[in-house]
Amino acid sequence: MNPILEALIKSVAVLAVALAGFAYMTWVERKFISRLQARIGPNRAGPFGLLQPVADGIKLIFKESITPANVDVLVYFLAPIVAVVPALVLFAVIPFGSDPAFQLASNINVGALYVMAVLGVGIYGMILAGWSSNNKYALLGGLRASAQVISYELGLGLAVLSVIMMASSASLNDIVAYQQPGNILGWLIFRQPIAAVIFAITALAELARAPFDLVEAEQELTAGFMTEYGGMKFALFYMSEYVKMIGMSALFVTFFLGGWSGPFVNEAPALSLVYFAIKVLACLLVMVWVRATLPRFRYDKLMGFGWKVLLPLGLLNVVVTALLIVAGVPGYK
Amino acid sequence: MMDKFVAVVTKIPVGFATVLKTFFRKPVTIQYPEQTKPMSARFRGRHHLKRYDDGLEKCIGCALCAAACPADAIYVEAAENTNEQRYSPGERYAKTYEINMLRCIFCGYCEDACPTNAIVLEPMEFPTGYTRDSMIYVKDMLLEAPPPGAPATPQQTPPGKYDRAILPFPPITD
Repeated sequence: MNPILEALIKSVAVLAVALAGFAYMTWVERKFISRLQARIGPNRAGPFGLLQPVADGIKLIFKESITPANVDVLVYFLAPIVAVVPALVLFAVIPFGSDPAFQLASNINVGALYVMAVLGVGIYGMILAGWSSNNKYALLGGLRASAQVISYELGLGLAVLSVIMMASSASLNDIVAYQQPGNILGWLIFRQPIAAVIFAITALAELARAPFDLVEAEQELTAGFMTEYGGMKFALFYMSEYVKMIGMSALFVTFFLGGWSGPFVNEAPALSLVYFAIKVLACLLVMVWVRATLPRFRYDKLMGFGWKVLLPLGLLNVVVTALLIVAGVPGYK
Repeated sequence: MMDKFVAVVTKIPVGFATVLKTFFRKPVTIQYPEQTKPMSARFRGRHHLKRYDDGLEKCIGCALCAAACPADAIYVEAAENTNEQRYSPGERYAKTYEINMLRCIFCGYCEDACPTNAIVLEPMEFPTGYTRDSMIYVKDMLLEAPPPGAPATPQQTPPGKYDRAILPFPPITD
């Protein structure tokens, strides 16, 4: 098949799955967090509230598109797009399954770097939205977003660095292959537990999700950087958050949970997709669980935690990993 | 420092376990329009105008309820009973009886003021409406249906039987 056509079809498929995943992730989150709080959650639109995302989407599409006075119009309209595009292109390098047919560009040798770069760009959407809205809540939200992401991207990078050192490759396919598909003890979460914990925490901060959702802390900043957004422009920010959630979970699975690996993958490659989906869903549910459990950090504590705990811990982990690899400790060769 | 760190870190799984335990609990949600909360028998919901067993209205149009109402939500206009057109025992009955449910504070003072126990606030009914006009409840909406077998009002009654609005020892029905 024509490689361009093939890439096009796969891209469209990945985008469709990501957007459907976004819609139904909102439903999963609302349902799961309701049960964690002894509530029922959405159950009016369709059976078990399954049509709720559809109803929400229709509502948001038909909302009036308001441009507040004195906003920087170009940046104001650009910001949601800048937020949502990096979230979507994140999926390009993630190996969804064992077969090359289930991958877009997982073989590029800078996969992990690409991920870091795309995540870094993603935050511009929040900053630009906060700046262009001409609203002090939005500005403070954008300010917090930039400070938070600068602090936590370092920890995230160091966690990913440990993984790259272990696999001696930045290609996500190599990282999955290094985790010996088929053997659960090969998963890097068992050999790099500290990196996994740092990655999980910094991923939550990067996503600006509870307990790090200071960017949109309702009680202080109304809706933070998206205060002045409504209708589909608001939906795009929402979409970027949830698509990034799915992307981050997929990265965590790829880096630490053996990617698509699982029993009988060699016999039936389609199974690898199922394993990957199950692992990603488990990570997403844990994120919701964290949101239901932990209160929001105070802002100075958030910065202090990033700089004074996660960064030194990440550095220490990198040094120890390097020493273990050089010393040739079994499992760290 | 280390003790504190250990104390904090060991508490984190406890918190997560507590939240997860809730997942296996029955939700406490009450699906309102289909299910309703059990309510006290003495709950003061919306007003009802009661009747005697023979179908006559208890309300005699004395407007003591209107006088007692702290929110000034009740309007009563009385008219004369005759033996041919009898609505209630005694001389007079309430020709107009209106309660503005938007003003009513459901304090129950009208119940206390009523000499014939005609007005009663009963549970499980909440006045709702889309317009202000629809929230003024008139007599037809407040008055209960006659008891089974009893005729509605006005009734034709024998002279002398219903001369008194209130019996010498008013029956306490509630």
